[in-house]
This record gives sequence, C-alpha cells and structure tokens, in this order.
Amino acid sequence: MGRIDDVFLQRDSTAFIGFTVGGDPDQETSGRIARALIDAGTDILELGVPFSDPVADGPTIQRADERALAAGTTPDIVFAIVRELRSYSGIPVVLLTYYNTIFKRGVDRFYRDARDAGVDGILIADLPVEESDEVTAIAARYGIDPIFLVAQTTSDERIKKIADRASGYLYLVSVLGVTGVRSQVSKGAIDLLNRVRKHTCLPLALGFGISTPDHVRACNHAGADAVIVGSAIVNIVEKTKHDPEFMVQELKKYISAMKTAGHT
Amino acid sequence: MVKKGRFGIYGGQYVPETLMSALLGLEEAYGAIQNDPQFAHDLAAFHSEYAGRPTPLTFCRNASRELGCRLYLKREDLVHGGSHKLNNTLGQALLARQMGKKRLIAETGAGQHGVATAIAGAALGLPVEVYMGETDTQRQALNVFRMQLMGAKVIPVRSGTRTLKDAINEALRDWVANVRDTHYLIGSVVGPHPYPQMVRDFQAVIGRETKKQVMKKEGRLPDTIVACVGGGSNAIGIFYPFLSDDVELVGVEAAGKGIGTGEHSATLCAGDAGVLHGALSYLLQDAYGQVLPTHSIAAGLDYPGVGPEHAMLKDARRVTYDAVRDREVLDAFMFLSRMEGIIPALESAHAVAYVMKNADRFDKDDVVIINLSGRGDKDVAEVAKIQGCA
Ligand SMILES: Cc1ncc(COP(=O)(O)O)c(C=O)c1O
Repeated sequence: MGRIDDVFLQRDSTAFIGFTVGGDPDQETSGRIARALIDAGTDILELGVPFSDPVADGPTIQRADERALAAGTTPDIVFAIVRELRSYSGIPVVLLTYYNTIFKRGVDRFYRDARDAGVDGILIADLPVEESDEVTAIAARYGIDPIFLVAQTTSDERIKKIADRASGYLYLVSVLGVTGVRSQVSKGAIDLLNRVRKHTCLPLALGFGISTPDHVRACNHAGADAVIVGSAIVNIVEKTKHDPEFMVQELKKYISAMKTAGHT
Repeated sequence: MVKKGRFGIYGGQYVPETLMSALLGLEEAYGAIQNDPQFAHDLAAFHSEYAGRPTPLTFCRNASRELGCRLYLKREDLVHGGSHKLNNTLGQALLARQMGKKRLIAETGAGQHGVATAIAGAALGLPVEVYMGETDTQRQALNVFRMQLMGAKVIPVRSGTRTLKDAINEALRDWVANVRDTHYLIGSVVGPHPYPQMVRDFQAVIGRETKKQVMKKEGRLPDTIVACVGGGSNAIGIFYPFLSDDVELVGVEAAGKGIGTGEHSATLCAGDAGVLHGALSYLLQDAYGQVLPTHSIAAGLDYPGVGPEHAMLKDARRVTYDAVRDREVLDAFMFLSRMEGIIPALESAHAVAYVMKNADRFDKDDVVIINLSGRGDKDVAEVAKIQGCA
C-alpha cells in the first residue's frame, strides 16, 4: 500500500487534490505554495513539471509553465522542491508532466530520481495507455503509481485497459477540452463517473474545470472519491505573485472552503 | 513497420486521452477508404478537374546550362492555391465529409496550408478555422486575406513563440474541445498516427507522376531528387515512390542564419530524438526536453519538429539531409526567377539552393529533379523588404 492508497482508505469525505506548477513563479515561492496547500488540508499534492508545449492545458496553466520555465525550472528543481517538502509532510505527491520531459532525461532515470525525491505517482498528460508499456514497467520497479486520464470520449473497452494498468486513482477529465476554470460540473462528467465506476474499484478523481465549493458538492453527491483543482489555484498564484504573504492567506482561505464543501 | 503507426522506432500516438477515440476513428475511416474505388474516383476527379493535376515536369533549359546537369522542376507551384498542400487537404476534407464531420480546423505557418484548407473547405461545403501564429500572420498577410476571401476564419495565436509550433498546439487544444464534430486537418506528415502515413499517401501522387514523366522524357530514373523539408510532406510525397529505386534522395532543411548561431530550423541535421505534437521523431530541444525556438526566412519551414518517417529514413541513411542558409535561399530565389521565369516559394528555394551549392557534384548528363513545392508570390513583398526595395 502506498501513501496514495492510504488517502482513500475508509474515507467519508471527498478528497481534495491540489495542483500547482513546480517552480511557479520561482523555486522558493513554489515551495511556500505547496506548504500552504498542505497546511490548508490538501490530501494529495499534484506538482506540474513545466513543459514548453502543454497541449492539454488552457491559458492559465500555460502561463504558469511559462513563468516557471522563465525562472529556470528544470525537473531537478521540481525534485528538489519535493525533497524539501518531504521533511515537512508525508502528503502524497504526484508529478504531472508531458512525455518529452521524461523521455529526454531517460525514463528509468526520471522515475529513479522521482522515487529518490519522494514522489508517489506520475501522470503523463500525453501518454495514452497504448504507449505506456515501458513507463508502467519502470513505474512498478520504483514503486510509483502510474496515474492515467480517462475522458468522456474513452470507450468502455479502453476504460478497462486503463484501469488494469493504473494504480493510485483514475483521473477523470470532466470536460471535453483543456484545463481551465468552468462555470459548472457538466452532466457529461457525472455520466463518465458512473460509467467508469462499473469497470473498476480504483478511487475516481474528477478534474478539469472544478473551481467552486458548489462544484465540490456536485462531485461529492455524484460519488466522486476526489476532486482535482488546478487552474483556480494557479489563478490565485498569478494574481498575488508579488505578495507571497497575501498569496498564502488567499490559498488557505480558498482551500478551506473547498475542503468544507467536500464533507457534505 | 515494426509496430502499428511506427516508422522504425519513430511515430506513435502521444496525445491527451480525449483525442484517442478520434484517432482510432480516423485510423479506421482511413483504412476503409484505402480500398474504396469511389473515394479514389472522387479524389482523382478533384485532382484533374479542380486542382490542375497532373502538374508538369519542366525541363530547365537555362538553369541546366548554368549548373551543368539536366535539371527538372516538378511543378507543384502550379497546383491550385500555389503549393502541394492542396493534394493533402482535398484528400482529408473528402475523408472528413465521409466521416460526417461538420467542421475543419487547421494550423498554418506560411499560410499555404491554411489557404489549401480554405479551398478544400469551400469546395466541399465545410466551414474552416485556421490557427496561425501572430508572427506569421504579419509576415504572410496576403495569405491571411486569401483565406478570409474563401470564407475561412483565421485565428491569430499569441502563445509561445507565435509561429507554426504554437499554431499546432492551439489547433490540438481546439480539437480536444470539439473532437466529436471537428476534423483536425494537419498540413504535413507530422502529428500522431495515422496522420504521417495518411498525409504521405495523399502527397505520394507527386512522386507517382514524377516517375512516369521522367521515364517518358529521359527513358530512365533520375539520379537525384531534391526537396525542402519543413514537416516533410512535399519531400516524402516525391520520395516515397522512389524509396526502393537506385535514386539519390536529398531533403533540405532551413539552416536559417547558420546552424552554429542557434537560429535555424534544421531538425534532422541538428536535433535529436524527442516527442512533440503526438509523435516521436527528431526535435530541436534543450537538455531538459523543452522545445527550442526556431528561425527560417521561410515561414513554412520554421518548425522544430519533423515527420517521423524522415527520422527513420535518416537513421537508415536512405535519404540524405542537408541544410542551407537564408542568404543562399535568397540567391536561389533570384536565380530561378531570372533564369526560368519561375518565382519559387522561399521554402522550395531551399531545394534550389542545395542544387546550386552542390552543382560541382553533378555531371552534365545527370538528371536532377527539384520538387518545386510552391510558388513565390506570397513571398515577394517580404523579399522586397529584405532587399531594401520596399
Ligand atoms: C511551398 C511550401 N513548401 C514546403 C512547405 C513545408 O512543408 P512540408 O515540409 O510539409 O512540405 C510549406 C509549408 O508551409 C510550403 O508552403
């Protein structure tokens, strides 16, 4: 059992998974943001490893990647952020990135370095299950959960294939589209949740577009095990990046409200 | 091919999950039309009645004398719209219509692929939206207007480097959001499987015609075929039917201001293996896999990736890849215009520049074919500006 599994053991509320881009707006502030998310009760921390061409991301996270890269963020720096967090908290940490950042470093080396830093899971936004043989084998070698996306367009047959490979949780993409804040949780998202539930016992996390306590309540009522919130957090970081004290307060306030909504 | 959708180790389908069902559907639909006589008939009719195919294989009397070889141009500049791009857009638009798609989206660099998509969309009654880097909308303003005239909507892209790479990113994001009713009409042999194979097949008409024409004119196969390489579609289109023949094949990339300056787009000459836009291929990237900004005088070559089949052909040493600089390209642009009365696209002028630069290597009886992928009207204003005439 990994740290991610522990989060979902005998849970009676919707887990809160918070996303932030590693190194946004810089290494030190990024570490502070992560600690603020943890202090406010985040259950799983997702850290983006910035990439120059994030095709699954909307403008908010694109800009975060650009800020992080402009500040000189590399995978080594993201690993350093995780290593530092490990002396602070035992929270599960999942890296989100695009395949080329892993391929270029060498898949084995990337996963070994991630394991050494204390990473629990890795999600690769542009690596469908069909291309994942090598990555899943190496992830297993280092005890890292391979997290996969499931979309509204994913067929039942492929859901089964993905669920067979995945561990930790399944990341259900609640919208047809890229990351970014949306006004509501769509019926399509709830339908997807119900459809995936028929094929797996893995915890199901809904993400993309979720940003308000109402959204969390809707996910909770629909039976989601977790919500994943990214762009809304990154928006706060972007707006307050010149005042880190204020940023930390705003993040804590926001996440507390989201957490409370998950307990209904 | 080792594995489905692979060229040696290259290719594959590295895309967000939301797009997988669309790629599998496209793969299936493309498989179905490959042996469909009706589709072949419809496409052939468009080629001959609309696009102006077959295009001539023109013997260059003056340039041949000057360069000391028997130089031919495969005249893709004469295809309707002004470049080879229409071969692909007609094929894909017909397929999209057959699949019941209601909307076409495309990326464009030089604007030629956008224009060709606008043409195909107008001809087949499908609305078209074209993503184009803001930098490119400025340097290829005429093509923006041409697309609009034919009813296409041009969307300037302000993210990243604001050129072709970012236009593809934005088109992919659109596709993720509208995947059910939209077909993404990629303009080169790049992207995830089945695009590299499908676009190559639609462009291979260039090589098939060339083979017949050169046999008729020379009674033999050519010694050398030269084509410029951006994504690689005009090059693979003319190379493909000659791959198992004893013919030297040369792909010419953009060395920009010189490979040493870092301001170039010579992916095969200066890059290494990486994944961008859905495929494993060669890539211009830094030590951490971040994609590097590129430069070329030719907007259509200004791209850090290249088609995966070219990556395989390079490793197998079946095709030679070389690169020429902006300066040499401008000279070739002037040379062909003056010598033959044919103004080449700056992209195609890369192939002309290679032959000029390597003229010593050719014997006077050597048959050399350049794939003249497009005409240069779109570039005249830009060249005038560079020459200080405007
Ligand atoms: C005339 C012309 N030639 C070549 C290219 C490069 O594309 P490819 O390498 O796919 O032929 C372009 C792209 O815009 C073009 O407009």
